[in-house]
Amino acid sequence: MYPFNYHKPASVSEAVSLFRNADDPMYLSGGMTLIPTMKQRLAAPTDLIDLSGIPEVSGIEVSADRVRVGAFTRHNDVVRSPEINKTLPVLSHLAGLIGDNQVRNRGTIGGSVANSDPSADYPAAVVGLGATVYTQDRSISGDEFFLNLFETALHPGEIITHIDFPVPTRAAYQKFPNPASRYAVVGVLIAEFAGTIRVGVTGAGPCACRASGMEEVLNQNLTVAALDAVEVPDAGFNSDLHASAEYRAHLVKVMARRALADLLGQ
Amino acid sequence: MKVSFKVNGQAHEIDVPPNTLLVEVLRETLELTGTHVGCDTSQCGACTVHLDGRAVKSCTVLAPQLDGVEVTTIEGIGDSENLHPMQAAFRECHALQCGFCTPGMIMQAIDLVEKNPGLDSQAIREGLEGNICRCTGYHNIVRAIASVADAKPASVK
Ligand SMILES: Cc1cc2nc3c(=O)[nH]c(=O)nc-3n(C[C@H](O)[C@H](O)[C@H](O)COP(=O)(O)OP(=O)(O)OC[C@H]3O[C@@H](n4cnc5c(N)ncnc54)[C@H](O)[C@@H]3O)c2cc1C
Ligand code: FES
Ligand code: FES
Repeated sequence: MYPFNYHKPASVSEAVSLFRNADDPMYLSGGMTLIPTMKQRLAAPTDLIDLSGIPEVSGIEVSADRVRVGAFTRHNDVVRSPEINKTLPVLSHLAGLIGDNQVRNRGTIGGSVANSDPSADYPAAVVGLGATVYTQDRSISGDEFFLNLFETALHPGEIITHIDFPVPTRAAYQKFPNPASRYAVVGVLIAEFAGTIRVGVTGAGPCACRASGMEEVLNQNLTVAALDAVEVPDAGFNSDLHASAEYRAHLVKVMARRALADLLGQ
Repeated sequence: MKVSFKVNGQAHEIDVPPNTLLVEVLRETLELTGTHVGCDTSQCGACTVHLDGRAVKSCTVLAPQLDGVEVTTIEGIGDSENLHPMQAAFRECHALQCGFCTPGMIMQAIDLVEKNPGLDSQAIREGLEGNICRCTGYHNIVRAIASVADAKPASVK
């Protein structure tokens, strides 16, 4: 790992001004992606700005129709939060499927969402639940947040402060984990809001997205059998040593069936 | 840079470059070599220690992130006269062969048992996702942890 300067600001505004005044800075959250990347020398920031000491980016707030999760919330805090388990259990379930216990003890939701890894789990929830991502400057709709492979709508220096998830009537998440890393080869989250269905998919394409074809069909007919008629084209899907684009397209349908069966309690 | 933290109950102040890893602080600065490095790429869990009571991979924590925290390593949980119950269970169940993964396995196992009451053997296996053992085939490790968790392994074959 190359040398760097380390900073631990106490507020978002201090973090942003440190960012503006450094050569090639990066924010550090749980470090579960960034530290391995720096060890491989795929990232070589001159300055690391640690977000762990900023009260504005931490904490969980739950009301009847909204779950607000601070960016610095670690995965295992979402797994174990009694409020989230009660109001939005699909989010605790999803967080519990990330990596391994040690990774869940350090990794944070803000880091995961900012990173936009094509096979990360949280993006499926941001898209599938129609979340809103908040930064120091603005709010960004979940539908517009993920742009491409490791690319988001965030501007340089913009910090995710928290994410708001609307509470669905019911929801379910199913993923096909890579057996070694546990990242999602494909993950599908299906949520029902007052009769409207949203489907969020991760792992298949360059970044998380909605499956609008499936949504249309399920809005007419909310049954597992209805999914059989849906075509999932593999155009633009990822193809790598873990799975071909064609196989990923197949998995989208299989994971959607499983998620819907869970949602319907079958 | 200067960093103050506790290791196994003892306060330390060290002065290291920011790109120093926790596992380097433990093994090289403090000469606590019970914590092992297997992969150095966040995969194997041999380097697992506790930070404020939670299992973490010490090869993936930077020294400056330690300011004010409490670290517990394998040296801090027991010694050869007074084994920690998890260490005693690993010995009793023959849960190690070469022993390289064992410090990480034990630190992870303690975290799992503390945080998850009523662990069964399936949950133990899932809980060990972040720890790799190249020798034992895991059965005896699961048995040892189950004996501490007071849960019965579903099958030991
Ligand atoms: C062995 C292993 C297995 C894993 N398995 C999975 C898995 O199955 N599923 C999964 O989803 N993930 C998995 N991960 C990734 C893990 O969830 C990471 O924790 C996560 O992707 C990054 O979060 P972090 O808090 O560690 O961020 P960091 O590594 O600290 O940062 C990641 C990036 O986000 C930026 N960033 C961080 N916080 C903010 C913020 N608030 N605002 C703006 N930018 C920010 C950083 O600058 C950096 O570019 C795995 C990781 C490991 C090591
Ligand atoms: S040495 Fe840290 S996970 Fe392998
Ligand atoms: S006992 Fe040898 S690696 Fe586990």
